[in-house]
Amino acid sequence: MIALIVRDVRLGVRAGGGALIGILFYLAVVTVAPFAMGPDLNLLARIGPAILWTGALLASLLGLERLFQIDHEDGALDLLVIARHETPLALTVFAKCAAHWLVTGLPLVLVTPLLGLLLNMDAAAIGATALTLLVGTPAITFIGAAGAAVAVSLPRGGLLVSVIILPFTIPVLIFGVMATLGAVETFAPFLQPFTFLAALTLFFAVLGPFAAALALKGLQD
Amino acid sequence: MKLVADGLAARRGNEMVFQGVGFALSAGEGMAVTGPNGAGKSTLLRVLAGFLRPAVGSVSMVDAPGGIADIAAHAHFLSPLNAMKPALTVRENLAFWRAFGEARAATPEAALERVGLGHAIDVPFSDLSTGQRRRAAIARLFVNRRPVWLLDEPTSGLDARAEATFAGIIADHLNHDGIVIAATHLPIDVPGMKKLRFTDGGGA
Repeated sequence: MIALIVRDVRLGVRAGGGALIGILFYLAVVTVAPFAMGPDLNLLARIGPAILWTGALLASLLGLERLFQIDHEDGALDLLVIARHETPLALTVFAKCAAHWLVTGLPLVLVTPLLGLLLNMDAAAIGATALTLLVGTPAITFIGAAGAAVAVSLPRGGLLVSVIILPFTIPVLIFGVMATLGAVETFAPFLQPFTFLAALTLFFAVLGPFAAALALKGLQD
Repeated sequence: MKLVADGLAARRGNEMVFQGVGFALSAGEGMAVTGPNGAGKSTLLRVLAGFLRPAVGSVSMVDAPGGIADIAAHAHFLSPLNAMKPALTVRENLAFWRAFGEARAATPEAALERVGLGHAIDVPFSDLSTGQRRRAAIARLFVNRRPVWLLDEPTSGLDARAEATFAGIIADHLNHDGIVIAATHLPIDVPGMKKLRFTDGGGA
């Protein structure tokens, strides 16, 4: 399982892995938003967390269809499935999700402080957004695994994956932004939405891999 | 240890690909599945490996180590796809499969020596020729010890010498109480292999 994480991370960071595309997309969404909203710095600072979260969510959806597709195309998926008595399929999916998040999700969290500056957010708001993204984005990957597994044998499943899983990611977005606001504003609670966010990630960390494993095992070519 | 297939039939869409296929292979026995394109050779292997559910019949391992009747637990599957990552070197590819599986056997170096590809170990997989890629994929069979080998067109892309080496590899695996089922349209020159011939009509 560790071997699988190491291999996928290595593939992800090497040329052609597509890890940068998510960051560039995130950057694009966040830099375009101020042009649309107008130059009101206070407004930007207030809705900054929401913009960052929306950008990060959409950027995370971007590469998800590749999660199993490449392994499917080069035959490696068959071997991962046939090894299910040694490494249970759900565990294999979990490892692939972990590697995928390390390569695509974690960089989004890391560039968030920089993008926060572009939106005139103060240090506390930036820190809170980065923290909630750190806790929340794994959930998006785990949900996405189930969608990616369902769509793996479809030739152009990319958009389909996003459409399938978007509804399931809405709660993550809601609690993520709520927790961020709670950390900054005095009138809003922080701990409740934040623990909900963490619970969502833990819940989907179990459900996502099992659902994806079921879909992969039922894959009849 | 014995691999038993009983009254197998498989469906592709609404059409029966083959039916009434049955055989039993003990440790040390091999079988070559031959027949024209589209006769169902690959489908049979995918059924045996558990990727496809048979329409009728059953496949199981009898007296298998660990007592698991599912062939998947004991089998290497070599599909026409090589299951190697072009961006990684041959060594990295093999080391991954070795670490991912259990019953680790040969190191990537030793496995590549057996297919005569020792010199290319640190070359990215994408830089290999078609035949070399196939040999690297065959080397994967050595990095984990699994008694049953399900091979789908194992010799495609190999030159005559590599084919002869491969026949030796199969004979050696059978000598070590392995089971080999190879689907191929070219005959593999291994003494003592059983033969299963598919015809276009779906009989066998």
